[in-house]
Amino acid sequence: MLEPQSLHPGARVMSEMVKVTIDGTTVEVPKGELLIKAAQEHGTYIPRFCWHERMKPVGMCRMCLVEVEGVRGLPPACTTPVADGMVVNTLSDAVKDAQDGVLEFLLINHPLDCPVCDRGGECPLQDTTLAFGPGESRFTEEKRHWEKPIAVSDLVLLDRERCIQCARCTRFADEIAGDPLITFSERGGHTEIATFPGEPFASYFSGNTVQICPVGALTSKPYRFRARPWDLSAVETSCTMCAVQCRGALESSSNRLVRLLGVDSEPVNQGWLCDKGRYGYDAVNVDDRVRQPMVRRAGELVPCSWPEALDAAAEGLRNALAADGAASVAVLGGARGTNEDAYVWSRFAKGVLRTDNVDAQLGDGLPAEVALGLPHATIADLDRARGIVVLGIDLKEELPVLYLRARRAAEELGVPIVELSATETGLAPYAASVRYAPGEQAEAAQRIVAALGGSAAGDADIDAAAAALAGRDGDIVVIVGRANLAERADATVAAIAELASLDSARFLVALRRGNVRGALDLGLAPGFLPGRVELEAGRDWFEDAWGAVPKERGLDALGILEAASQHRIGALVLLGADPVADCPDATLAAAGIAGARFVIAVDTMLTESNRRADVFLPVTAWGEQDGSVTNVEGRVQRVTRKISPDGTSMPDWRVAAELALRLREDFDLATADEVQDEIARVAPAFAGLDSAILRRARDGAVLPIADHPDDLVLGRLSLALTDASWEPIAPGQADPIPPEPEPEPVSDAEADAADGEATAAGEAEPAPEPELARPALHVWDGAVTAPGKPGRDAYALRLVSSHVLYDGGVMTTATPWFAPLVRTAVLRVHPQDRDRIGVVDGGAVRVTSARGQLDLVVRGDVAIAAGTAVLAWNLPDRGANALVDATSLITDLRVESIR
Amino acid sequence: MNFNATNLARAHEIVAQYPHAKSAILPLAHLAQDQDGWLSPEAMREIAEIVGVTPAEVLGTCSFYTMFKRTPCGKYLVSVCTNVTCLVLGGPEILEHLQDRYATDPDVTVEEVECLAACGNAPSMQVNYEYHEHLNPDLAAAVVDDYKSGTLSARTISGGRA
Amino acid sequence: MTATETRLVTARLRERPQDSWTMEGFLASGGYTALRQALGMDAATIGPEVVGPSGLRGRGGAGFPAATKWSFLPPDSFPRYLVVNGDEGEPSTFKDRMLVELDPHQLIEGIAIASYAIGCNQAFVYLRGEFALGYERLTQAIKDAHAGGFLGRDIQGSGFDLEIVVHRGAGAYICGEETALLESLEGERGMPRIRPPFPAIAGLYAKPTVVNNVETLSTLPHILQMGGAKYGELGVNKSTGTRIFSLSGHVKRPGNYEVELGITFRDLIESPELGGGVPDGRKVKFFIPGGASSQWLTGSDEHLDAPLDMDFVQQTYSVMLGSGAVMVYDETTNPVLVAWRLAKFFAHESCGKCTPCREGAGWVEKVLYRMSHGQGRPNDLDLLFDVGNSISPGVVNAPFTQTTICPLGPSVVSSVASLHRYFRDEVVEMCSNRSPSIPVRAS
Repeated sequence: MLEPQSLHPGARVMSEMVKVTIDGTTVEVPKGELLIKAAQEHGTYIPRFCWHERMKPVGMCRMCLVEVEGVRGLPPACTTPVADGMVVNTLSDAVKDAQDGVLEFLLINHPLDCPVCDRGGECPLQDTTLAFGPGESRFTEEKRHWEKPIAVSDLVLLDRERCIQCARCTRFADEIAGDPLITFSERGGHTEIATFPGEPFASYFSGNTVQICPVGALTSKPYRFRARPWDLSAVETSCTMCAVQCRGALESSSNRLVRLLGVDSEPVNQGWLCDKGRYGYDAVNVDDRVRQPMVRRAGELVPCSWPEALDAAAEGLRNALAADGAASVAVLGGARGTNEDAYVWSRFAKGVLRTDNVDAQLGDGLPAEVALGLPHATIADLDRARGIVVLGIDLKEELPVLYLRARRAAEELGVPIVELSATETGLAPYAASVRYAPGEQAEAAQRIVAALGGSAAGDADIDAAAAALAGRDGDIVVIVGRANLAERADATVAAIAELASLDSARFLVALRRGNVRGALDLGLAPGFLPGRVELEAGRDWFEDAWGAVPKERGLDALGILEAASQHRIGALVLLGADPVADCPDATLAAAGIAGARFVIAVDTMLTESNRRADVFLPVTAWGEQDGSVTNVEGRVQRVTRKISPDGTSMPDWRVAAELALRLREDFDLATADEVQDEIARVAPAFAGLDSAILRRARDGAVLPIADHPDDLVLGRLSLALTDASWEPIAPGQADPIPPEPEPEPVSDAEADAADGEATAAGEAEPAPEPELARPALHVWDGAVTAPGKPGRDAYALRLVSSHVLYDGGVMTTATPWFAPLVRTAVLRVHPQDRDRIGVVDGGAVRVTSARGQLDLVVRGDVAIAAGTAVLAWNLPDRGANALVDATSLITDLRVESIR
Repeated sequence: MNFNATNLARAHEIVAQYPHAKSAILPLAHLAQDQDGWLSPEAMREIAEIVGVTPAEVLGTCSFYTMFKRTPCGKYLVSVCTNVTCLVLGGPEILEHLQDRYATDPDVTVEEVECLAACGNAPSMQVNYEYHEHLNPDLAAAVVDDYKSGTLSARTISGGRA
Repeated sequence: MTATETRLVTARLRERPQDSWTMEGFLASGGYTALRQALGMDAATIGPEVVGPSGLRGRGGAGFPAATKWSFLPPDSFPRYLVVNGDEGEPSTFKDRMLVELDPHQLIEGIAIASYAIGCNQAFVYLRGEFALGYERLTQAIKDAHAGGFLGRDIQGSGFDLEIVVHRGAGAYICGEETALLESLEGERGMPRIRPPFPAIAGLYAKPTVVNNVETLSTLPHILQMGGAKYGELGVNKSTGTRIFSLSGHVKRPGNYEVELGITFRDLIESPELGGGVPDGRKVKFFIPGGASSQWLTGSDEHLDAPLDMDFVQQTYSVMLGSGAVMVYDETTNPVLVAWRLAKFFAHESCGKCTPCREGAGWVEKVLYRMSHGQGRPNDLDLLFDVGNSISPGVVNAPFTQTTICPLGPSVVSSVASLHRYFRDEVVEMCSNRSPSIPVRAS
């Protein structure tokens, strides 16, 4: 069992230790630490409601009053820092009286409707009353009454009668989320939680308030009345709704996923989840999952047996190979699955089919050369950075919990942020902003770099940005994503190259799709083999391991779709991919899908793209399969199966192995662990990270392990999910899944660490293969072909189209919870441009690009630069992808009013 | 209702008096109330915009203070003290009398308030924050009637001068 | 033994009822000479050498020595603020309202002297929202003082700058608590802050801040003019100088009286030049000596003959002189009714931050309402005492112990403690004869 004090190593680096006596036991604790925390870490639980470790103390519930020798009265342990020689009594009669008193007060107006309350059975007020309370109430007056429940947002309901006014939710909204949309209203005994009339608590993070509420005052619509706590069982896993991969405790009841709680992983999510991640689990439960294999017969997809479907798929592949060779076979997708899925599919595609036409991205990301080859930063590096440069991406919309981390770095830790983007992002209030016209970010980046070098740009914004980055020591962390899908990726790559010229720059490549990083790391990209190795560099090594690799570099997604549209692809595998929705160029994607001669869909649901498949192979979803995933910083962590899949779906990797068998290759892989072990053996970046290590790594491991020894903390873990979901949930490993046998220690040093915690850097690596040198990891050389400055059409507006959290994607539309949150498509332009178009806000316009045409409503917004038009990506029925030509550097729009 | 031009200019002057704009919430709420006769949601929204916070934060602050009337009230806000000096010298009787007398009068809102710091001449009340002391029920009613008839000229609802 | 007033702070407003609040009236009666005098001194000496020896203690309620409070400011931290507590809301206290309405320039002069002494260039007056006339007069006086060169840039050629902003409250008694006041001034809900940090270190906008009461600051010009030591000779023991007592209730001559500390409660209540005694030949049943938060004293000779000495009454009777209010109740008064009304006040004014006060005040009020309206139960007083114990352990001690952040919590139970101590038999008897009717709530 991990010692609790090891939970947050980052929070306590430079502390001087002092001696404090708590209930007669003298302990050493860091000077200045809050008494409530110091006591807890030494085994003394002081009851509390308002105090939360991740938020500033307010000392208002008064539950944690203690006696401190020499101090008059009873100070609250949550606001009292420890001092040397302090003598504390948490068990005295006076303390007990105060605890009785506070609990009696809290209960006088509490409805005590525990039998019908979601919190009943895991309620801190219930539990604390039982452990510390007076047992009975002397209150015989009438309780206060309020209408209940009221919706404070589309996801969260409020029961004001249950509320004990601890301000956890309001402080979370203000301090952590930066969305002060819920507040205390009124005063004294009438104090209630309220939103402003007509302005709901529309925070992307609202569900966290439900988790940290110490009573059942805040409940969530998705979980409300769905289960009782004693019917739940939990495993720890990573959310894969986006590439931050927040840690969570996934709970089910009667083989149905019912709840995801945030686990407090210090390096990753610090306990928080975004609402899309928190409530996305319900997409796994939906009825329109495909649960049986299908093959196309007489033009229709009809259910069949697995052997029939696999045979059909294998035959399709064989036919294509026989007809036109490996170059006519392609695999698109893989970012949705686990690392094991990605690896086995990579091995199947590259080692068996011998095609390099493989891409986990759909033209909506960044080239693998760049994404895998930049000097990497971790999420925790944001906390101690000299500065953060956010290039393009709106973290709040794409990787919400990373936004929280960056915001905290700025607000709490004083780390300056430079927001280098075409339009305002969620971080704008905390950042120095530099704007560029779409496609011209390289020039802006170059000017910042020059200004940092000492030559003033003469541009106030750029000089301010450079000044912000000049004030501190440390590295500059650049967070870069593919912000604007209406411009070609090389516009962003050129800007990355400029910033990469800074010695101190390190990068968080913020590609958003769930396990895109794992997929790229494991070779689902043209020109790469598993473990961040280039095709040529890894040729000998992988020929040795697999028997074969592709002869030459293949096509990326856009190339594959282009080739398919010209009928040059004989067999196309859609591995959880929906290019028609996700490829920036929908016209190309649709033509590609239509033009491929044989399509194999490996997916959980029918999509616009895979509806035309010749074979549909249903696979397991998140929560239904074990494995590992890799997040935005290159951290590998386990995902855990919580429920058994309905029907006969199997993991993606099993599908690949089955297909390989039908092509006469036996991978001999029976479990996800075996796949992990093979990855650790053959994929260079994963060296040392076998299933035994991964099972014991509290926070997973950042790759390559040798570069991040401190991030690998080993121990025997068990998820300590008691009734304390309202408190930070310590990370640990899944329970009560059957216990694994204690693995053999890899080395003496690590054996020493087995009972506690330790770091395992090189020691964890297996013995090197004797014959061959392990290939070197890919490093990007920074070479770019300058995309050139796009020509300016004075009558056109240049399109910015970026992802928003609640879009028209499968995950948001599959469940009822997010539907009300999906915005309608609006073209936002500067008011001047709106006036020039000759419409008022809400007026209808026809938007025409070189590629296509859309009818939209328009709205003026001073946050948009003149000459730029903003349209959210992938909203229902108004796909901006109809406007984008993937070969064009930028997308210019003609906008005319429709009368 | 939004600030008129004069008051909008005044609002920005008020904000400029403080090192942090949020400090201006109370004075701006008084200003809005003096203009509109109550503190409307629209006014709170505008104040939020002026001081750079969310409307919820303005609501949180304003709802703490009893002088801000977040539902429309009469032209004359009659505040009768019943605290412990007025209690024993006739405050509650004045309150009851005025509440009965003006129960259906839309121009008059009678409220019970805490000590008005006029105990030396208790019982006392305020009409739109103008003091009236040494009262009894009939005198108090006469004062209110004088406002209604225009014999007395009233302050605005937050105690300002029109 | 005819006790009389000793008028310093109230001299002008008594002598010039026609124009004491105007610049003309003020200058004609020696106004702003103390400021000129201060500006001629080394600012750093005013606190330790003038105000210190005067023994001036805060007039807001807590009675903390003013010069000591100033000395807590960190020497090198600027900007710093002076915040004037003019949020007078303690029931039956009405001196600050008088000082602001009738002698605003005296307050401005005191603010200017204090600001100069502590090195601050921006002062805020937090004025109770209901004081509409006071607000008008004070803002006009500030304009006039600007015009006269007593505020603004380079005051009287001294190089000292000072601006004063008058900030109106909006109806919240708790904002008289200094950290709640600072929250309110920052545009927040007026909820008291956890201390430390104390305002002197991190107060308004987290900058060093001194919070002084209106009367305290209005006294400063007189201390400057008299000399600190001379002022310190007035009064008794550590309760030096004069204080304004707000006398109300069952007395013939209610009002504000500025007296030298050390006279007795009997002097204050009965002297023909002061309270003039209880009307209609009735006797004092009990009185509340320090504002609504204080515990009560009775009409016994022992209590009436106690001196107005902050330390003596606190040590002897566990009561505070507090805000200087004295409420007198004659034999006809039902003490439970008074206790209920006080509990109702505190329940209404509790900010809601701390559980014991937010919930406890409402509970106490509900029980006292029953008791005072014929629905008492014989064990109600014991229940209240126990409930009070959860808000203020020990209940009867002053200074309070408390399970809350600020003293509003224990104030809720001061009256309960007083009923328990002095009127227990009467209350139990009353509650044993329960009325058959169910009381109907007015509000």
